[in-house]
Amino acid sequence: MAVKDAGRANRSASRAAAREPERQAPSPELIQLLTPEGERVEHPDYPLEITAEEVKALYRDLVIVRRIDFEAIALQRQGELGIWASLLGQEAAQVGSGRALGPRDMAFPTYREHGVAWCRGLDPVRLLELFRGVSHGGWDPSTHNFHLYTIVIGSQTLHATGYAMGIQRDGAVGEDGEAVIAYFGDGATSQGDVNEAFIWASVNNAPVVFFCQNNQWAISAPLERQTRTPLYMRAQGFGFPGIRVDGNDVLACLAVTRKAMQAAREGQGPSLIEAFTYRMGAHTTTDDPTRYRLSAELESWKLKDPIERLKQYLIRSEHAEMSFFDDIEAEAARVGSRVRLACQQMPDPEPLSMFDNVLVSETRELAIERAQFEAYLDSLADEAEPEPAGGRP
Amino acid sequence: MTRLTLSRALNEGLRKSLEDNPKALIMGEDVGRLGGVFRVTDGLQKDFGEARVMDTPLAESGIIGTAIGLALRGYRPICEIQFDGFVFPAFDQIVTQLAKMRYRSRGSIRLPLVIRIPFGGGIGAVEHHSESPEALFVHTPGLRVISCGGPADGYTMIQQAAACDDPVLFFEPKRRYWDRADVDVEAGLTGALPMESARTVVPGTDVTVLCYGPMVRSCAEAAAVASDEGRSIEVIDLRSLAPLDTDAIFASVRKTGRCVVVHEAVVTGGLGAEIAARVGQECFYHLEAPVLRVGAPSTPYPPSRIEEHYLPDLDRILDAVDRTFGY
Repeated sequence: MAVKDAGRANRSASRAAAREPERQAPSPELIQLLTPEGERVEHPDYPLEITAEEVKALYRDLVIVRRIDFEAIALQRQGELGIWASLLGQEAAQVGSGRALGPRDMAFPTYREHGVAWCRGLDPVRLLELFRGVSHGGWDPSTHNFHLYTIVIGSQTLHATGYAMGIQRDGAVGEDGEAVIAYFGDGATSQGDVNEAFIWASVNNAPVVFFCQNNQWAISAPLERQTRTPLYMRAQGFGFPGIRVDGNDVLACLAVTRKAMQAAREGQGPSLIEAFTYRMGAHTTTDDPTRYRLSAELESWKLKDPIERLKQYLIRSEHAEMSFFDDIEAEAARVGSRVRLACQQMPDPEPLSMFDNVLVSETRELAIERAQFEAYLDSLADEAEPEPAGGRP
Repeated sequence: MTRLTLSRALNEGLRKSLEDNPKALIMGEDVGRLGGVFRVTDGLQKDFGEARVMDTPLAESGIIGTAIGLALRGYRPICEIQFDGFVFPAFDQIVTQLAKMRYRSRGSIRLPLVIRIPFGGGIGAVEHHSESPEALFVHTPGLRVISCGGPADGYTMIQQAAACDDPVLFFEPKRRYWDRADVDVEAGLTGALPMESARTVVPGTDVTVLCYGPMVRSCAEAAAVASDEGRSIEVIDLRSLAPLDTDAIFASVRKTGRCVVVHEAVVTGGLGAEIAARVGQECFYHLEAPVLRVGAPSTPYPPSRIEEHYLPDLDRILDAVDRTFGY
């Protein structure tokens, strides 16, 4: 069995090697404001006015969300979480786009948008509830204008588009308008719902930005299983602009998303952003990427790490002292330990809570089922009574 | 009282809903300019505008998915799925998103969304235009599933569905769209029978016949024939399929001691099975005979030239009634 598996891994590895040049080649259309070496470059269409303090704030975001991710993976390994979907490598795409949103803009995430959640102000502990199995999400989307995580691939792009159509009907497009951002991945672009969302958004000129994090892998399926054309080029066929941005460049992601969101708010309709990035970790903690991709690929992407390049830029530009980096590390560690502790102390929900919130007004049928189940649980408790104090070991 | 077809009664009910709530929207394929393939939304776009009565692109998942988004923004979409057999492209959005989002949000989200589905056969249509998929949605917690039997209920129930804060699947018996009856279009919803309640269509004493949608008329006709033969059938229009009005069901069966469930849908795994199980459990000592089911055989919907043999009719209903007296 092991031999057979090794053979399969080798074959997939050789396939990966064969497509390496294409996948790795910097494409001329890639919007970049910060090179992998941390050198600031200008782009005529995306001038970014940003203060040193703002850049440092982005750096803080990146480091903290990576730390949360790191903690979550560890918590899964310790049995505290059932599963975790790591954002490792995608921090810049998420923080750059997340920080481009205004408070009234609405975000529709997948299940991996921990960095966007952070930018929207959602407590990371709420994310852990889902992955621990304590809730299915359970936050109120209107509190942070951050919708619930959506697990079925691509479904949320239609919700985002419908929400944007609601913005239009509210007359909230134009100066001081609102817009929506829909997150999804490269795999999702094959889903019917995503293509339907493109169509709906297009024919309605809806104020929605489709933000595709192309992290190159849909679990084990590489990009070429999903598409023959670069993803951002698909937008043209649907009748709106598409653009490819360096997804590991937080400044470029910020600038590109800002512009697209502003265009949407002003009534110029939808656009597609393909953030070209890389899923440096496994799909989730249950996944083993060594079965389908080469470590060389990972190593080459490590050189483009989103955090390291921003750090280099901050050092090179003398925007930050070394103490700044130490302070951020310390803060991230504090966030990490708070999250860890909160996760470990998170109680299981009451069994009867499974009956809650099925409908706005509970049906009599369900009320009866609940009562019967409660009586059954009580009957178990009665049986347990004769046991010595302290209960079962 | 105004004499209206079911199609017209639904149209009036939808008009009332659009008037009553500025957040109510109608969306679907051909519902605007054309007024729907069954003309249920006739004239509404002209009167309420394209922003409120939307002709959508031709993709059912897109209709429901964007309607969910509109509902999240505070709107109350009333969607039309053109035919029963076309609901399946939207099945994922209905089952994995619409039905579960409130639960997922621990109650912070409400999705007041109606999905109208003309359903059932008997109109000589091609494949996929005559199906009865309601049990699939009854099997999905988080949805309300209702069906009207005629114009009067159609008029009130569509308004109740539109006013409901939960997702409602509204199954319209398409072969009854042209049936006429008196409808009190002046009456408000205040005194109306609640959406969750069954209605006794024909009172009787010997056997309970449970039905909904297109079978309500068939069963009422069967009761009239049986009455001539000296047998008293109580016909109950379930109206609400999820939740079921079990109080009304059990009360009638305890009175008559016999029960027949009639639907166009395939018998296997259908609503009749659920009802039979519940009646068996709750009315065990009142039953004179097992609960019998009348419905379609376990085949796909056949070509329309033989659909009369597939669909339950007066004779098959009466045959089942007779059989309950054979125990």
